[in-house]
Amino acid sequence: MGTYFHSVTLDEEKCRGCTNCIKRCPTEAIRVRKSKARIINERCIDCGECIRVCPYHAKKAITDSFDMVNTFKYKVVIPAPSLYGQFKSVFSRNHILTALKMLGFDEVYEVAQAAEIVSKATKKFINKEGQKFPLISSACPAVVRLIQVRFPNLIDNILKFESPMEVAAKIARDKVMKKENLTKDEIGVFFITPCAAKMTSVKAPYERESSSVSGVISIKDVYLGVLNNLMRQKSCEDLIGAGYEGIRWANSGGESLALGTDSFLAVDGIHEVITILEEVENDRLEDVMFIEALACKGGCLGGPLTIENSYVAKTRLKKHIDEAKEKAIASSDHDDENDNIDWTGKVQYKPVLKLDDDIEKAIKKMEILQNIENELPGLDCGACGAPSCRALAEDIVRGNANETDCLFKLRDRVRELAIQMMELEAIMPPVMDKGSGGKGEK
Amino acid sequence: MTEGCLELNYDIPANDFLHAGEASSSVKKMLNQLGVDPDKVKKTAISMYEAEINAVIHADGGAAHIEIWKDKVVIKICDKGPGIPNVELAMQEGYTTAPDHVRDMGFGAGMGLPNMKRYADSLDIDTAVGKGTTVTITVFLK
Repeated sequence: MGTYFHSVTLDEEKCRGCTNCIKRCPTEAIRVRKSKARIINERCIDCGECIRVCPYHAKKAITDSFDMVNTFKYKVVIPAPSLYGQFKSVFSRNHILTALKMLGFDEVYEVAQAAEIVSKATKKFINKEGQKFPLISSACPAVVRLIQVRFPNLIDNILKFESPMEVAAKIARDKVMKKENLTKDEIGVFFITPCAAKMTSVKAPYERESSSVSGVISIKDVYLGVLNNLMRQKSCEDLIGAGYEGIRWANSGGESLALGTDSFLAVDGIHEVITILEEVENDRLEDVMFIEALACKGGCLGGPLTIENSYVAKTRLKKHIDEAKEKAIASSDHDDENDNIDWTGKVQYKPVLKLDDDIEKAIKKMEILQNIENELPGLDCGACGAPSCRALAEDIVRGNANETDCLFKLRDRVRELAIQMMELEAIMPPVMDKGSGGKGEK
Repeated sequence: MTEGCLELNYDIPANDFLHAGEASSSVKKMLNQLGVDPDKVKKTAISMYEAEINAVIHADGGAAHIEIWKDKVVIKICDKGPGIPNVELAMQEGYTTAPDHVRDMGFGAGMGLPNMKRYADSLDIDTAVGKGTTVTITVFLK
């Protein structure tokens, strides 16, 4: 894809041009211009942090509308395991899946079930000899994109396996094609997502040519419908396919727990993820084989498109996990034909923070940048529209901003001018000078 | 300011393990912005970090002076610490003189100098017992 697709976008009308989002963006991808928070497309990693922090709800995620479902002959829904944490514990997983199906789908396939396939492949891969550690999970697309723009040295560490969503979509579609004797295009596969990053993964995947998912609908958008069905529904179908290892993926640490090793590190929240990736990049993490890094606090349960508070959701999910444990279903049986889940595309470094292609020019610019930064007040107030004084200095060097964008600098200039004006005002041209009363002239 | 070269200076605070490494991480960020090859950025960042930490552990901090040229990065870390009596011994992996409380924090495992040597293209150690140490690390960018 030549242009950038982003799920995270701005609702112009709601944006008041405040500084909340610019200051929290992990890639400094937002600037306020003309009272609106503009996203710099090439920098945005769709982590959804801005959606979460905007007090005016002006940052939103574009997802597909439910109407899209009806454009397909056969409709399959593949819910993220985080969906189970959104509803009261009295509803079993089968209840929830049935209620979801009743919204108008012909078939349900749990993404959690595909997660188990990814876990299995990862387990195998970790135990291969000569492996470069630590491996970094690719489950969170925002983290993969973060690595692309900020941690080029870690691209090799990414575990290059398809996401559970992709695996699920492929399996579900293949199954239906065989069972119902339908063509690929007649089947619509819809992912129910907790986040914006997944939407971007479907519209502009980095790991493959195109996604197997037909559409992405947010948990938020199906929540009410599912809840209504849950209230009305009397019986439920037996739809569950996943064991607790798969469901657990919705939690931070869930993916790691399935690997059968203690040498893992699970980190959640994009800013904490950055700290850990710094450690890895500097070779400072010892004895860690696997890193599960998730952009949202609390993992996918904390996704910006979920309804329930992530801590509440975690408790609820635990009940589903325990239930599966009671039935002693760790993971479901899988055919080995799904074993090959390697990425077909290549993830590359995106040097979007680079000052110039020519290093000599870049050094010159950096020197100017340093000087400008030294002159700025260092308050990082954000009133200029950039997240920090240094970011403003960068923007100036890049030609995207002026020093007077800084309110303090502007005030200095105004003051200088005012002093100059006062000085000029005090000077009286001789022809107008009446004060001395025309001395010596009668 | 020398033409064609970016000079940077940082203070390395004494006994401050929380903020130790800030200078190298700020240099790392800049090198990325300059478009330096990621591999070279890593070499520079790690070797500088080790030198920085050494100054914190052994010498009550010091000063870092960095020159970034189009074809190389030169890092000078100076301290007024105790000096290194036997450089050859100090270069051995696992050899350490770091006190226990430092080692308890996960630092001072005797990998500092060996790591510097491993990641730097050239490493020069100028040390005098009782006077201090200056470590000069060069990483070539081409």
